[in-house]
Amino acid sequence: MSFINYSSREINCKIVYYGPGLGGKTTNLQYIFEKTNPQARGKMISLATETERTLFFDFLPLSLGAIRGFRVRFHLYTVPGQVFYDASRKLILKGVDGVVFVADAQEERLEANIESMENLKQNLQEHGYDIDKIPLVVQYNKMDLPNAMKVEELRAQLNPKNWPDFTACAKTGEGVFDTLKAVAKLVLQELKSGK
Amino acid sequence: MGAPGFVMYEEEFKLISAVLEKLVKDSNSRMVFLVDKNGQLIAAAGETENLDTTSLASLTAGNIAATGGLAKLLGEREFSILFHEGEKDNLHINLIGQRVILVVIFDDRSTLGLVRLRVKKSSEELAAIFDRLMKKAEAEATAGQASPFSEITDEDIENLFRE
Repeated sequence: MSFINYSSREINCKIVYYGPGLGGKTTNLQYIFEKTNPQARGKMISLATETERTLFFDFLPLSLGAIRGFRVRFHLYTVPGQVFYDASRKLILKGVDGVVFVADAQEERLEANIESMENLKQNLQEHGYDIDKIPLVVQYNKMDLPNAMKVEELRAQLNPKNWPDFTACAKTGEGVFDTLKAVAKLVLQELKSGK
Repeated sequence: MGAPGFVMYEEEFKLISAVLEKLVKDSNSRMVFLVDKNGQLIAAAGETENLDTTSLASLTAGNIAATGGLAKLLGEREFSILFHEGEKDNLHINLIGQRVILVVIFDDRSTLGLVRLRVKKSSEELAAIFDRLMKKAEAEATAGQASPFSEITDEDIENLFRE
């Protein structure tokens, strides 16, 4: 749910990075944080365990510039990917404007990807969103690894709806900004169509 | 998408800010801020200069969301007040009308009792303003009042991403 503030002439949107555990959601945010001009971003917050697994969420506020005199700001969140954190994961989706599904391209993680996609659909539904209507982008991460599946296979398994999708290596940053731009554009287009 | 965006107008923003300013004074607190349940900062008052209010807003909303989850597990509708006690500063957090979160940060110049008393009155005032705000936003939406974004072009969007 976007927040349009006529008083401060700002528009705020919420983007959530979703996907299976250890898939690279936090790494995506870390890369964006490192590569963004400090004036255009706030602090990155990570609520993680001692072993750096996301416990509740990561948060990164970004300022993109202005459209028609309104400053456009995106709040990026990640969810904890591990299956047993579902209660927390669901909470983060509240008020979401756009979703990035970060899939782990490794062959042995295919089941986890499918399960997480199904979980996303369900949790969106519980908040009253339809996965077929919400701005959504798929990222196939870790494509650099030797056990990564082929894009066509990943697409067939995870993206039957033909959402915009990108291959990535979040560690080196490949594909990270392409993914972010794509989801941001979809969110803004949704705003434009004005509901 | 079904959920309409949350809209804040100049007029209501001024009213809200005035309530917050008054609350800071009356409760002898350091600062007060208002956050929507999705983690967006709506307004703030008091000694906010050196504080990362954006992060504060997001964490507060996360906190309220987690507490709401706990409440549901226990069969409660919500826990409407949270209190965190620190060595120097304390946090008083309460939900207003299921929509927004009021956060008061205070030190030993004030007391929990005073804060709770003042928060109660301010919450009623804020709830009334938000009711009005929601009605206004709905009325404008049904009247077909265009959002400032209905006329943006694909080029406007492209321009945002030009390096």
